[in-house]
Amino acid sequence: MTQDATGTLRIKTGLAEMLKGGVIMDVTDAAQARIAEDAGAVAVMALERVPADIRKEGGVARMADPAVVAAIMDAVSIPVMAKCRIGHFAEARVLEALGVDFIDESEVLTPADEEHHVDKHGFTVPFVCGCRDLGEALRRIGEGAALLRTKGEAGTGDIVEAVRHMRAVTSAVRRLATLGPEELMHEAKTLGAPYELVRIVASAGRLPVPNFAAGGIATPADAALMMSLGAEAVFVGSGIFKSSDPAVRARAIVRATTHYQDAKAVADASRGLGQPMRGLDVASLSPAERLQGRGW
Amino acid sequence: MTSGVLALQGDFAAHAAALRRLGEPAREVRRCADLAGLRALVLPGGESTALLRLMLGDDEPWFDALRAFHDGGGALLGTCAGAILLAREVDPAQPSLGLLDAAVARNAYGRQVDSFEARLDAPAFEDGLPGVFIRAPRITTVGPSVEVIARLAGQPVLVRQGRVLAATFHPELVADDRVHRLLLKHCRPAPGL
Repeated sequence: MTQDATGTLRIKTGLAEMLKGGVIMDVTDAAQARIAEDAGAVAVMALERVPADIRKEGGVARMADPAVVAAIMDAVSIPVMAKCRIGHFAEARVLEALGVDFIDESEVLTPADEEHHVDKHGFTVPFVCGCRDLGEALRRIGEGAALLRTKGEAGTGDIVEAVRHMRAVTSAVRRLATLGPEELMHEAKTLGAPYELVRIVASAGRLPVPNFAAGGIATPADAALMMSLGAEAVFVGSGIFKSSDPAVRARAIVRATTHYQDAKAVADASRGLGQPMRGLDVASLSPAERLQGRGW
Repeated sequence: MTSGVLALQGDFAAHAAALRRLGEPAREVRRCADLAGLRALVLPGGESTALLRLMLGDDEPWFDALRAFHDGGGALLGTCAGAILLAREVDPAQPSLGLLDAAVARNAYGRQVDSFEARLDAPAFEDGLPGVFIRAPRITTVGPSVEVIARLAGQPVLVRQGRVLAATFHPELVADDRVHRLLLKHCRPAPGL
């Protein structure tokens, strides 16, 4: 019996499993994509502007031009991800039709819907979504996300928000695992999360999909920090191509992600990389300037 | 008796969990020295280009160490990217260990939207095997000493040559543990490096 099934949850989270221990890099053209692949990226995120530029230039940030996405897909053999606006299922359909390997329904772009995220169950392509806490993580999984990432604060090169979000999720998961069954409904209500998923997390002691770090990673030590806090892989946005030597920095972040438990290896990877992205202290941003508040 | 999982990148944790479910202690291998004393090693799924960058850009002589592990009697299982690493020949061309007399084509079924699950024809296993194919490679030719254990639409997807097993699918993502059992069956009885 040979019965083919595509787009199952196992197939979707399966690709996320394959990316573990790796680095996914933001790229804006084919040349950057090749640099990322040569440096050992496990996937690239195709977009028109990196978050630091979106932040600086303002305006409405949308899905990338399909020509840009297609050129990047042609340039590399690793998976290609692309971002759609929160709730913009038409952009998501376009990206799926292009054949991208993962869609990031991302707060980095200007939201299209302030109440509803995309119903991701209806797609064959897997989705990754950002989260700040366990409730948000489980809402996204409930909508069909196959992979989570911390929101962090994209385009800043400041790791503090990614740390906050990763710690919030992991400590909430740990806490849930200590609760009795009669406490879980109240917990679901407090979290604003589907009860069934709360039960699954409580009994397994972990999320049902992988959880990666994103939003502010700029150095090999940042990557090692996030991996040590429980991230299973890292996304690096502006941190690579806004630095003085992207190829060298990209390779260094890849090495530090693999050998995050080996401080000497992280030290070796961190040597002589030139200038990191200049960065932006998150504390200096007004609430309106924070991308992490987009989505719910 | 301990087995290892190459843990540079990929779904090494899923393989380690599968081995532990069979009662086999599993060690994550991030340095060549971690291979010492292992009776079997899994090369997991992941991105083969990223794995190669880590293996060849490293100060560690991974290719020599893995060939020596095999020559010293170690058994190997490569799944997906791991199968690509084991092959003699890869299309498009990239370095490989050549421990399996087979040619492999990368991403041969298409992109992620074409990834699929299917039941495999595996005469040695009752009711076949579950196959999870994720941006999977295809085994295009096999040498005379390679045994085909499972096929999909007539094409080899699980093969064995001596102590080397290669699957283009992901047995570590399903509850059926018979491929991992097969690996342990082809191990030497005791470690002896």
